[in-house]
Amino acid sequence: MAPDEFGPRILTFNSWGAKAGHDALQSGQSRKAMLAFIFRRLAQSLLALFVMSALVFLGVYAIGNPVDILINPQADQAEIARVTASLGLDKPVWVQYWHFLTAAFSGDLGKSFASNVPALQLILQRMPATVELALVAMVIAIVIGLPLGLWAGLKPDSFAAKSIMAGSILGFSLPTFWVGLMLIMIFSVWLGVLPSTGRGATVEVLGLHLSFLTWDGLKHLLMPATNLALFKLSLLVRLTRAGTREAMVQDYVRFARAKGVPENRVVSVHVLKNILIPIVTVVGLEFGSLIAFSIITETVFAWPGMGKLLIDSINVLDRPVIVAYLMIIVFLFIFINLLVDILYTALDPRVRVAGVRA
Amino acid sequence: MSVPVEATVKPGAARSPLREFVASYARSRIAVAALIVLLLILAVAVGAPLISPQNPYDLKQLDIMDSKLAPGSKSGAGWIYLLGSDDQGRDMLSAIFYGLRISLGVGVLSTVAALAIGIVVGLISAYKGGWTDAVIMRIVDLQLSFPAILIALILLAVTGQGVDKIVIALITVQWAYYARTVRGAALVEKRKEYVDAALCLGYSAVRIVLRHIMPNVLPPLIVVATVQVAHAIALEATLSFLGLGMPITSPSLGLLISNGFTHLLSGKYWISFFPGIALLVTIVAINLVGDQLRDVLNPRLK
Repeated sequence: MAPDEFGPRILTFNSWGAKAGHDALQSGQSRKAMLAFIFRRLAQSLLALFVMSALVFLGVYAIGNPVDILINPQADQAEIARVTASLGLDKPVWVQYWHFLTAAFSGDLGKSFASNVPALQLILQRMPATVELALVAMVIAIVIGLPLGLWAGLKPDSFAAKSIMAGSILGFSLPTFWVGLMLIMIFSVWLGVLPSTGRGATVEVLGLHLSFLTWDGLKHLLMPATNLALFKLSLLVRLTRAGTREAMVQDYVRFARAKGVPENRVVSVHVLKNILIPIVTVVGLEFGSLIAFSIITETVFAWPGMGKLLIDSINVLDRPVIVAYLMIIVFLFIFINLLVDILYTALDPRVRVAGVRA
Repeated sequence: MSVPVEATVKPGAARSPLREFVASYARSRIAVAALIVLLLILAVAVGAPLISPQNPYDLKQLDIMDSKLAPGSKSGAGWIYLLGSDDQGRDMLSAIFYGLRISLGVGVLSTVAALAIGIVVGLISAYKGGWTDAVIMRIVDLQLSFPAILIALILLAVTGQGVDKIVIALITVQWAYYARTVRGAALVEKRKEYVDAALCLGYSAVRIVLRHIMPNVLPPLIVVATVQVAHAIALEATLSFLGLGMPITSPSLGLLISNGFTHLLSGKYWISFFPGIALLVTIVAINLVGDQLRDVLNPRLK
């Protein structure tokens, strides 16, 4: 399968040096190499975080007047003077950046104009809704995508397999927001069976409001989660199919069959176990992009998550919230990439064997 | 291996390589159909002012009495709104024709520009090596570890709306991928014998890179770029739908869909539905043509 089939987005899979670390581990064959890799990877992540925060800072603070950006347009002269002084705008840019950075690390990303609540708090309040949506979407993608991909990989020439693959191409190329609109048109407007907006009733569990535990919440969740899942579902179908086709011709499958292992068991134990590692990696990596893509789904379905908050904030130029969102999502992405890279090198049996031998 | 421009592909117009290319392309009927559809869409986009029943952005031609008419309704002036009209009394068919023009224009322009930048940066990276290469590739890695939509959103949140801004955003999210691909391909080519031969002949580095390496790196990339146009169009439509893309003065398909979204819930589906279908057909047609081009031109599959 050509990598360009997925376009640039999917290439993030090993872009951050998981492969390089992997190679180093296989050649270095020692725990030392593993530690060195983790440290190098950690340093890379910190650098990336630094660069991205600098970019966000330059983008939002340096372009245009920071005072206009940071305070309410209706503020009076005294307020403007106060903010100018507190920001230290007479100081050089790098000093200003330092102030921004230290404030950000202590959790101060400014107050929202619209609600006069700290931006960070506003986003953290909305986060559970987004995470719930993304998790349910991921579950849908796995529960449907894995069996379909297995089927398409086991019987590649069947009509069903071809339909599945054609469907996955559609899943890749259709814009998410358009699919969302069509879902609303069919299930809310024409059939009237599912609600088109909002989150429905929630249950409070350990201080978190969750939708999927109530019937009403579940009904609200179904369409947005399916919409968000579609792209990942297509990705999983393709990955599983490719992995299955590769695995089915391996010696261990022939050996298992020769031994008289029933075909069901060959697939469900031998094949599945072997194709699961790359799939788990991708599922982990793609979780970040699910959060990012939920911006679209949340806007279409008026889902009250942080993506919807971002778009609303952009529309009313609520800049502190925009900055806070960007910083959080950048952090999230770098963190997930780091975590997956380390887990990948730790989980891959080939790497483990290399470690034991040394 | 050369990539003939689609428009110049005429059966029997040239000797074997071209004919062979046409024949192997035509092996898939779906791909041929997609190519015909794509050419039709291009013709519509180019000729929109000539074939539209109405200039949808000339306010004198709009009649507010005709707003939100269902498809097939008769206008006040006596002609028929084939695909209905929007809340301003604008003929949807004409709006879609003009929207296609804008969407395709933005998609093609940004992809070509990103391709050009990617090629230059990728070749520099491959040729210079060392620190230059390391720094460029770190930037590429950093960028590719975030989804395109997020980078575009960040940029547009900072810069605001505008045709120029969305083109810049689309170029920014695409160049890194090309740069990496070109670098990889150029590094492979660099080790080949014809480059040694050119070096022995005493050609300058610039000449070798531009005249010898680049022509060999380019063809597969152009195929990738074809598919990327569809991605760019989809991304632009998404951003416009979110209200961050095109300004109201340049209504792309995404903006038309966004405009119709509010009416969708009240059952007036056509304001949003038909531009969506136009977007969908365009994207799928480009994808199918691009996929077939890739299969035909991929030496590994022969």
